Amino acid sequence: MPTITLIQHSGESYTVEADDGATVMEVAIDNDIDGIIGECGGCCSCATCHCYIDAAYLDKIPPRGDLETEMLEFASSEAKDNSRLACQVEITDELDGMVVTLPETQL
Amino acid sequence: MQRIVVIGAGHASGQLLDSLRRAGSEAHITLVGEESWLPYQRPPLSKKFLSGELTAERLAFRPESFYEKHQIHTRLSCRAVSIDRDIQTVSLAGGETLAYDLLALTTGTRVRELAIPGAELAGVHYLRGIDDALGLQADWQGRDNVCVIGGGFIGLEVAASARTLGKNVTVVEMMDRLMARAVSPGMSEYFLGLHTRNGAHVMCSTGVSELLGTDGRVSGVRLSDGREIPTDVVVVGIGVVPNQELAQEAGLACDNGILVDEFARTSDPKIVSAGDCTNHPNSLLGRRLRLESVHNALEQAKSAAASLMGEKLAYAQVPWFWSDQYNSKLQMVGLSEGFDRAVQRGNPDEDKFSLFYYRGDVLIAIDSVNRPGDHMPGKKLLAAGISPTPEQAADPEFPLKSLL
Repeated sequence: MPTITLIQHSGESYTVEADDGATVMEVAIDNDIDGIIGECGGCCSCATCHCYIDAAYLDKIPPRGDLETEMLEFASSEAKDNSRLACQVEITDELDGMVVTLPETQL
Repeated sequence: MQRIVVIGAGHASGQLLDSLRRAGSEAHITLVGEESWLPYQRPPLSKKFLSGELTAERLAFRPESFYEKHQIHTRLSCRAVSIDRDIQTVSLAGGETLAYDLLALTTGTRVRELAIPGAELAGVHYLRGIDDALGLQADWQGRDNVCVIGGGFIGLEVAASARTLGKNVTVVEMMDRLMARAVSPGMSEYFLGLHTRNGAHVMCSTGVSELLGTDGRVSGVRLSDGREIPTDVVVVGIGVVPNQELAQEAGLACDNGILVDEFARTSDPKIVSAGDCTNHPNSLLGRRLRLESVHNALEQAKSAAASLMGEKLAYAQVPWFWSDQYNSKLQMVGLSEGFDRAVQRGNPDEDKFSLFYYRGDVLIAIDSVNRPGDHMPGKKLLAAGISPTPEQAADPEFPLKSLL
């Protein structure tokens, strides 16, 4: 089972096991990690699961869709090149060791 | 130790529990839920869950471990039957009573049932909970023809899911257009075209007088004009009614929902209520209303949790909703009811456009299809009371962000 690390804006870090096929949003919720909201439940409708992906892993994830890119432009915290909506990033074995940083705010 | 009882296990309930513990509540908390499931995400039931892309365990609002870690006592498959406000107890079906110091009612809504002959036949479905969705999924397996009664969000999402699975779909809607209660005629027209292009047969201005059966199972739908549509499965989505009886019988003020103030407090200072079951004031809209929406449930639950903690967090948010049908994502912010001018931005023929609704010069709502770049700043514009001019709204190149 792949392991990923989520780092909150405060610097608090959590290394957790992630189910293959789960999304990064679900991993955060399942581990009770503050900093990801996921108001719409994970259907790319609310932009409250914004996260920054470790640059080394970006090319192991399918690229952003148009809707996701447009949503991210209006996320509460500044969107960067490595910004993703966590509900759109599915865990695969290839992502073992990935570090995901959470933004200051989602609302 | 202070005892808090929460009745109802939907979005509002899940958020309320989360907010209470995150705010440091050390109360003894009991969650009473009628279904066998812990609070879960309902919206996917008519979409990705029904079409088989998501499993039940992935719908959980919080994992089971959350309730253990935060010491929330859960009583599932358990119905609260009455509240005695004098001695502060809740009676459960089966005779047990739970004492409370503070009580939260997050009872949600239930489906409105079809009251015509044949409604009790096998093969007639409603969609509100996971069990309903599982039942529908199992039943339409191997059956090709689905008739959806009601062209609102649930009906149309079910229709889209059924088409995606390759079924023959007929949608029967009594009003002269789809989603009439929620969106404008322009948006209804787009969705009629979308469903038609995707092969669903949509009949508006059409009532249903009877469900026809063979050997106890539905086999057809008789329309009010006498025509008959043969079908294998019927899905009814004709709205919901608030679960307010528990509150009402306990003497709490109710009127199309449990009446609460902006802090989610009912007419009893020891009882709060949040979510679809409440009739609440919204200072941004300048009126009372009852909403069926995830956002409302979550935000009102935060106010309810604050009230239970002895704090005040007024609920005043611009409502927003969404619906996914085929590849079209509809995002709605504000309430368009009562608009006198709709301004189009983008192109419906490209499945990418928004309608900006004005009352006089004031922007009151935006409905967007595959244009989150209008919806997202629109939320902020409406919350701040800023109206782009209709010319700015109509120009897809005009940056709405620049007005913030």
